[in-house]
Amino acid sequence: MDDENQPSFLERLSDNFNDWLFLNGEPGDIIGDSTNDFLNWLVAKYGDFFEMISNAILGPLIVIEDILTDSPPLAIIAAVALLAYLVSRRWQLAAGMAAGLWFIGSLELWSPAMQTVAIMIVAVVISIVIGIPMGVITARSSRARAIVSPILDLMQTIPSFVYLIPALMLFGLGKVPAILATVIYATPPLIRLTDLGIRYVDAEVVEASRAFGATRWQMLTGVQIPLAMPSIMQGINQTMMMALAMVVIGSMIGARGVGETVLIGLQRNDPGTGFVGGIAIVILAIVFDRISQAAGNRVQKHRTVAH
Amino acid sequence: MALIEVQNVTKIFGPNPKKALARYRDGLSKEALLAETGHTLGLADVNLSIKEGEIFVVMGLSGSGKSTLIRHFNRLIEPTDGKILVHGEDVLTKSGRQLERFRRTTMSMVFQRFGLMPHRTVIENVAYGLSIRGVSKSQRIEQAERWVKAVGLSGYENQYPTQLSGGMQQRVGLARALATDAEILLMDEAFSALDPLIRSQMQDQLIELQAELGKTIVFITHDLDEALRIGDHIAILKDGRLSQVGTPPEILLKPADDYVAEFVRDVNRARVLTVNTVMKPPKARLTHDNLQAALEEMRRVGKSYGYVVDNERYRGVASQERIEAALTDGGADLYSVAVEGPTVSADAALEVALPAALESDYPLPVVNDEGALMGVVSSREMSTLLTPPNAANGDEPTKAEHAKADNRAAV
Repeated sequence: MDDENQPSFLERLSDNFNDWLFLNGEPGDIIGDSTNDFLNWLVAKYGDFFEMISNAILGPLIVIEDILTDSPPLAIIAAVALLAYLVSRRWQLAAGMAAGLWFIGSLELWSPAMQTVAIMIVAVVISIVIGIPMGVITARSSRARAIVSPILDLMQTIPSFVYLIPALMLFGLGKVPAILATVIYATPPLIRLTDLGIRYVDAEVVEASRAFGATRWQMLTGVQIPLAMPSIMQGINQTMMMALAMVVIGSMIGARGVGETVLIGLQRNDPGTGFVGGIAIVILAIVFDRISQAAGNRVQKHRTVAH
Repeated sequence: MALIEVQNVTKIFGPNPKKALARYRDGLSKEALLAETGHTLGLADVNLSIKEGEIFVVMGLSGSGKSTLIRHFNRLIEPTDGKILVHGEDVLTKSGRQLERFRRTTMSMVFQRFGLMPHRTVIENVAYGLSIRGVSKSQRIEQAERWVKAVGLSGYENQYPTQLSGGMQQRVGLARALATDAEILLMDEAFSALDPLIRSQMQDQLIELQAELGKTIVFITHDLDEALRIGDHIAILKDGRLSQVGTPPEILLKPADDYVAEFVRDVNRARVLTVNTVMKPPKARLTHDNLQAALEEMRRVGKSYGYVVDNERYRGVASQERIEAALTDGGADLYSVAVEGPTVSADAALEVALPAALESDYPLPVVNDEGALMGVVSSREMSTLLTPPNAANGDEPTKAEHAKADNRAAV
């Protein structure tokens, strides 16, 4: 009996060998411990700094959220319909968008949806503020591109929970870490598409601008960015879609919103609630997608070089 | 001093052009340079001098370095070696700011595929150079309007480039270049992307505009007919080296090497060469209203006809027969004996002068605008000039080549 539980000599040898081979798991301990040490040090030393960032993000977020939740829903629906009409000149799209938003209200998810929209808007604005300049820099310098490109790969592949934990430590529970996680996940496509768009601007048009004595800034603002606009708009659209994909994860660290509804469904083993929340997220995605696509198509007019 | 001086400009493309330049200076050929160092010799010691107010054409096939050369003028490409002087000032010593100012005010450019900004309207495109310079909106639109009109695009101001045909787009490109009032115009294969008919219209328009504005134009083309048609001087570039620089008749009549000779063989000479390249002074120039003196003068030079000139004005041709008849009749003067007949002007193309010369019994008198006799031109001299060099050498062109030549003449 005892013999069966006792590892044989060979098994012991093999275990010892594996321990030796994998250095007794030391590297994992070192990385884990030093990450924890580093974060503790960061919180202790720069806690104020992170609180400042947190407040800087929270301020505008609260303003936007208040506007969205305090306004009469009908006013918001009308405003979205008007925006849809202005960018597409098609009343069908405007009507569709209005109907979608109305349906969210009828699911009793109006204010969570508005919370989610507020987070989305802030996250997308931050992504644009970071993403477009980064795209411009990588388009102009192959070296910058070589440095940034693997970082973008990392941002897109690393599971979001991995950076949610330190974000929680640095910014506390709530909307700010959710926004930062969203920005990390949603900015890479915008950087890539801005870079691509600028690189693919007709070389002769850029040369013409140079030949007329344009400065780098004049070239960028007068020729490169306007002509890369279809691609940049595509990037913004992608950023919005990816930001929406983070809604449920964001709600896990206290971001509230429609993601929370899905989360509640999960926790209470209530597929119905989860499904209703899912419908609301999909409707929001459709609204953001259609309106930004229509805006992108509008920009596309006259932007291609004819030969 | 010439307006633009290009001195020993050499351009080598590759990772380490300075090192490759030393190898080239040591006497390595273009092919050897590429094989041994991986560097491409783009331009090799190009020297040009371009006078103010002329149309200077750089002609070469693709890969000859002509587009590279023109981009050295405004430093869109930096040379590996050499100097480019404009108004005696070295363009290469200019700092970034100075270079921008130079491009804004002194040199403007027209591109092969137009290089228009598709997101701007015609008028905004034409005003682009001015907007770069910081001219106020109302002022630049007003100035641009003038140039839109000058190139014949009035009414299209608010269209987008994509809505225009190729020829119209290139007019926008031309107007944009002219709107900056730069004294030098660089035209990089500006008409090559256009249909033949539109192209010749644009050539005419360019010559017209140049006569009116007196711009200095550097024009790049791969089309020798175009070069001969618009160029005051032509530089022929081959593999980054200048083969020949000269006026159109010089290129046609005295090709510097086999490469140029082969090029000019297919050219429709009758269209390019003008009467003054074959014009000779008249043998018998009869200036006195005296029949006897006229007859003696004709006998002295051994001709049976003479050209009657009265105070520099050409009055006609007098033949020996008619003078003798007049002498026996008595009373008639030389002017009434002279027969006016057809004349040509010195800058008429041979294809215009030749039919008249063939009809005439005498060499055709060449008369200027004031009616003065400049010289004479005979059909025989014209046909000698029109014969391509290979036929003159004795080897007859084949039937196919004849057909080709005919086709060209028909174009």
